[in-house]
Amino acid sequence: MPVTPASVQEVEGGLREVGYLPGPSTALVSFLATKLGKPVLVEGPAGVGKTELAKALSRYLQRELVRLQCYEGLDEAKALYEWNYRKQLLRIQTEAGDTGWDKVQDDIFGASFLLERPLLTAISSPDPVVLLIDEIDKTDQEFEAMLLELLSDFQITIPEMGTVTARSHPVVLLTSNNSRELTEALKRRCLYLWLDYPALEHELEIVRLHAPGLPETVAHKLVEVVQMVRELDLKKPPSIAESIDWARALLLLGASDIDPETFRDTLSVIVKHRTDLDIVAERVGVRLAAPAQTA
Amino acid sequence: MTPEQPRARASDRPSGSDHPIHFDGQLVAFAEDLRSEGVAVGTSELIDAVGALEHVGWADARSFREALATTIAKSPEDRRVFDLVFERFFFRATEMQAVRLEVSEPQTRLGARNDDSEEVDLDELRRQIAAALEDASESDLRDLAKLAIAAFARGEGSGVLGVDVQRIRRALGLRAEPQPDLPQDDPRRDGTDRDQLRRFEQALRRELERDQIERTHDLPPKRPLSDLARSLPGGPVQDLAAVHKVVVQLRRRLASQGHENRGHTRHAHVDVRATMRASLQTGGVPVQLRYRPRRPRRPELFVLCDVSTSVTSASTFFLSVLHALHDAFRKQRSFVFIERISEVTEVLQRERDFKAVAAAIAKNAGVADVSGYTDYGRVWSEFLAEIEDELHPRATVIVLGDARTNGRPPREDLFAMITERAGRTYWLNPEPRLYWNYGDSVISVYERYCEAFECWTTAQLEEFVKVLSRPTVR
Repeated sequence: MPVTPASVQEVEGGLREVGYLPGPSTALVSFLATKLGKPVLVEGPAGVGKTELAKALSRYLQRELVRLQCYEGLDEAKALYEWNYRKQLLRIQTEAGDTGWDKVQDDIFGASFLLERPLLTAISSPDPVVLLIDEIDKTDQEFEAMLLELLSDFQITIPEMGTVTARSHPVVLLTSNNSRELTEALKRRCLYLWLDYPALEHELEIVRLHAPGLPETVAHKLVEVVQMVRELDLKKPPSIAESIDWARALLLLGASDIDPETFRDTLSVIVKHRTDLDIVAERVGVRLAAPAQTA
Repeated sequence: MTPEQPRARASDRPSGSDHPIHFDGQLVAFAEDLRSEGVAVGTSELIDAVGALEHVGWADARSFREALATTIAKSPEDRRVFDLVFERFFFRATEMQAVRLEVSEPQTRLGARNDDSEEVDLDELRRQIAAALEDASESDLRDLAKLAIAAFARGEGSGVLGVDVQRIRRALGLRAEPQPDLPQDDPRRDGTDRDQLRRFEQALRRELERDQIERTHDLPPKRPLSDLARSLPGGPVQDLAAVHKVVVQLRRRLASQGHENRGHTRHAHVDVRATMRASLQTGGVPVQLRYRPRRPRRPELFVLCDVSTSVTSASTFFLSVLHALHDAFRKQRSFVFIERISEVTEVLQRERDFKAVAAAIAKNAGVADVSGYTDYGRVWSEFLAEIEDELHPRATVIVLGDARTNGRPPREDLFAMITERAGRTYWLNPEPRLYWNYGDSVISVYERYCEAFECWTTAQLEEFVKVLSRPTVR
């Protein structure tokens, strides 16, 4: 039975229960999304938990998650629906010549020859779902335009069959890495949520949740170091996922402190570029060696 | 979030519930205010905002603000402007109401005081404020600001808020840098946190403004947001990191630029081979056409960057642009010039850190800075001599400079030769278009041979980037 939250606090508590610690505005926007039935456009740097939010929402609301991963060149056939050509051909071939065109034509454009792609699945599902349209900024503008009908009216028009209207109202999340400006038309139809790297305490809480066995002092130092590393000008700053990975790695190694040596050995967990490695080793390694400075 | 908002709504809400039009009117006025600052707020978004407000509790300042923000501000830049306008709008609305109802705040200023007995206390007060600043919340900051104004703002002030704010800060002895000459136990010794200091200055400014309104019983004219406040996160403290943060974003844009506007030409060529392969699935009937993918243009860049004194203010910006460009384009050769040119491609490839790049270029770029004045004629001839054979129609030349020749011959004939050999040539001028061709600026002479752009903000730079990676029609 899908959950319908009644207040912001309920959403916040619910998300926490399923293992997602929402930031200050995340719970509010999620709540509004369920209330207003509007899609949410989630933007922010890579690895701050945009996709994770959709997964957590689906767990909390007890709805199925339908995911559409966007990429360059994604078209209707892969996002909405496609006619099953092969099945249609087979159908035509197995007919004897005397069936008559009209009958066959009605027949081959029926629901059984339609391949449902994620977007159609999402709106034709009898139970409400959570629809995640991931990395919308990777698609072309035409695709965005095509989405507009779906996002504002929750319906899809199939020329041969007519308009398919949503049987249930999905919660829609669109994520974007902000690598290109989305069209105004799309933005207008969405609520907007900007996720940024979390503040120190918030990240500490996240790390504690995902690596509960890690000693408190180590967790604290870890988060401090990660925040310090993000300050540097790196090709790819460490994401939340990476600080969790690092915490788990340290847990496995049984580290009781992050000293320069441990840091050097496990550095590759959070920094993934050769040039970045050098910068971090130089800047942060030095500061770790002089413990007075780390605070 | 800030102490004004509960008051702001307290003054709006009663009337909002009695006469619903009143609050809607406020919201529309707020939207108008946002529009005047360049945020495109549509009517449908306002309807959404009202819809959202029905579902959140107004008692919490944060939810109120976030609910408005999520429906109205649809990008990080808009969000920044939204926050600034939100502060300003509700501050003014509250004060307006206060003036109308003739409410004044008690204890904003201490009355007459005898100075000799308070000298000691003041020193103690300085220390206390500094200590309290370390972990003060927004409302604490407001109280501290009031306290500081009461103690340190003597007389009527200079009339310019910014000056008064700085005077009070100095009187408190607050600085972001460590102050080693202070005693060991002084909280100011290690320097105050920069963000905290900034917030404190904002609180001071607000309190001073409130004081002023109370004295004059009138609102000062509304000041439009400055470019600096709106574009760079971090507000008045503009430093290199802030500039670079914007450039990092630009770098990502550069990398993906040109991918989205290929729609109209995408279906240009059918890939026969791939179509035949695909048709095997459908028994040889080519049901699905396959198209030849269109490769994005990967420009080969030659960048010339002026680092002379006349563009000092812009050269940090330009160098970071150069730096960002280097990351995005694999084939790029960079030159800096004043009187002569010097290639810095290697420096930029070797050093990832921007500060190191800037230092290296400043130290040993070998620009032979005899007079410190740009000599464009000489630059062109040296550039031609060095690069002539490598210029080809697929190359792009970008000049970053103000085209101020200091009275020396512009030698546009040489520049014409460069533009002729290169496929495209662009000129980025850090001066507002208004100043072009005034004084010794000869941009119009060069503009005949290239496209010139005004470029001193990141927004203008982005415009240029769009042009740069536009696929050329050949």
